[in-house]
Amino acid sequence: MNTGALSVAKDLPGRLDGHASEEFGQYKELLFMLTWRDIKIRYKQSLMGFAWAILMPILVVGSGLIVMVAFAAMSGKPINKLDVLSVAVKSVPWAFFVAAVRFATNSLVMNKELVTKIYFPREILPMSAVFANLFDFFVASSVLALILIVSRVGASIYLLWVPALLILLVLLTMSCGILLACANLFFRDVKYLVEVLLTYGVFFTPVFYSASMLGKWGFLLLLNPVGPVLEGLRNTIILHRTPDLPWLAYSATWGLLGFLITWKIFQRAEASFAESI
Amino acid sequence: MSNCAIEFNSVWKKFARGEKYDSLRDLIPSMARMAFRGKKREELTEREFWALRDVSFQIGHGDALGIIGPNGSGKSTALKLLSGILKPNRGSVSVRGRSSTLIELGAGFHPDLTGRENVYLNGTILGMKRAEIDKRFDEIVEFSELKDFLDTPVKRYSSGMHARLGFAVAAHVNPEVLIIDEVLSVGDYHFQEKCFAKMQEFVRRGATLAFVSHNLTAIGTLCKNVLVLRHGVPVFQGDVSAGIQKYHSFYEEETKSAAIELLDVRLRTAEGDERDIFEPGEKVIFDIQLKALEELRNCHPGLQIHTSDGQLIFVTATSRLTNRKLTLAKGETARLSFSLDLNIHGNVFLLGFTVTPEIEAPGEWLYYNPRLKRIIMTDSRKCQGFLHMNPSVEIQLENEPRGVEVGPRH
Repeated sequence: MNTGALSVAKDLPGRLDGHASEEFGQYKELLFMLTWRDIKIRYKQSLMGFAWAILMPILVVGSGLIVMVAFAAMSGKPINKLDVLSVAVKSVPWAFFVAAVRFATNSLVMNKELVTKIYFPREILPMSAVFANLFDFFVASSVLALILIVSRVGASIYLLWVPALLILLVLLTMSCGILLACANLFFRDVKYLVEVLLTYGVFFTPVFYSASMLGKWGFLLLLNPVGPVLEGLRNTIILHRTPDLPWLAYSATWGLLGFLITWKIFQRAEASFAESI
Repeated sequence: MSNCAIEFNSVWKKFARGEKYDSLRDLIPSMARMAFRGKKREELTEREFWALRDVSFQIGHGDALGIIGPNGSGKSTALKLLSGILKPNRGSVSVRGRSSTLIELGAGFHPDLTGRENVYLNGTILGMKRAEIDKRFDEIVEFSELKDFLDTPVKRYSSGMHARLGFAVAAHVNPEVLIIDEVLSVGDYHFQEKCFAKMQEFVRRGATLAFVSHNLTAIGTLCKNVLVLRHGVPVFQGDVSAGIQKYHSFYEEETKSAAIELLDVRLRTAEGDERDIFEPGEKVIFDIQLKALEELRNCHPGLQIHTSDGQLIFVTATSRLTNRKLTLAKGETARLSFSLDLNIHGNVFLLGFTVTPEIEAPGEWLYYNPRLKRIIMTDSRKCQGFLHMNPSVEIQLENEPRGVEVGPRH
């Protein structure tokens, strides 16, 4: 009766040398369950319930608007509707990135009991943290989609880019989350560092303004691999044009390599999680 | 080799004691130190110690191995290595078959979720599929006896309820290999019995079991073989009763007192026959010769009897038996002879000797060794349990229906 999710023949030390992905397939249910748990807990005892999922994006969009009003007052140009919507389109994914990385960073330490008492691939913890926030992101995105439809932004063939851009965003988020969760387990002050970086990261990323506004220095904003993804979303959804492909390729390289490398690091470090936590 | 469900091949595991570097600020000095010293993972640094040293054992499919030893002997470490939570520094560990680990009941329960939700969560963590949990849900609930509390958040559960639900889920994972760390010590007697019966059922059905417990009665019933660990080193492996004796012998070695030294300890029958196996109801004499290492005034020597799993079942002291008090000058010796009717039964018991000071206070002893002598009581077949009350019975049939054969009458 081998219907179980655990491996039929698991050679524990061997696991580190390549059975991991195979084994991981068998733990899909657990990933789903822990994601569900994180979502459930978030909504269970909160005053606002689902409103929570859109509060954070509203705050980010709101601060973006204030920045824009300030810019407009200085330059004397009126604010146009598309710029406002651009900020919204970029703020919602940014809010996801920030929340997911923050949550994933703490995921291993918060689940200390699981890490020290039960065996399963620990990657599941930061991953489920990211997925739980992805759920919030979809709630917020649905609201945003409604707003876009009401504002008559219109649709185009370029919207086909959106799923690919979102997958890239998740990949980048996942890489950061996995690496930082692992780092935070060994060094407890990592979470403070992450807090600071995430708080000020918004100024180093083209969220409230676009990279082009900085003129020839605009590329600096795009060096942050999340930047080209956000710009890409704006280009495809609001401006109906192809994203900047070289910069997107740059992001994709970060996303793929980053994911592979952080995954490898995590696997290496995993062996000593239970005794170091 | 391949017939074994569990293999532990010369496993070494080390831990660091003391504080770890766990802030980034400490990373740089620690890295510098590492670069300076060079990276030799196998060597022990000053702050490290071996929790397990060259431990090897195998458990065949369907066998049960008990792992016993004093606190800190590495039992739990061995189980964590088996479950994959820890990785060995040297050697290898392999487990074949669907395995389930119970290091702590209900680990992974989330306090804010209800009992029902936690059954699903914990079941999945322990390796069940959703459909399987659906199928066994009613059984799990019935086993836990928490039907009325299923929709209550687990944070409102008592610790006993928590453990009950934890065991109920774990017991229905239906593993081929079950790895259990001391979990029978929770819950009330009724529930402990139930858990124990469930474990016996697993073994009967052919599951492989690795079981750590201080409950030697449970070990003795479930396992044919034991591994005895001490300070991380295997000191005995083999037949369970021999292993339990070995385990008890650790305690006989340790006597700690600055005030009193025992010169001679004998357990004998009234006829003077010295042995440690007795029949229920037999009268024994316990002779002790002690020497005062400092001046003793009005102290009270006493006896204790513990069951093999540490339950105190009998206490007496000279202060309860006689008016004479024991006062000794430094260097003086005394001889005491306690006489007992051993109305105990079918188990291993531990006879302890204590000396309390004139003014008694809990935990204050002039001498304390609860495991001075081991007493093995034979089984009289007349009864079960710890006590031997020399039972007998008379049966008389009344209003016997005519024509029905009821068997011989006396």
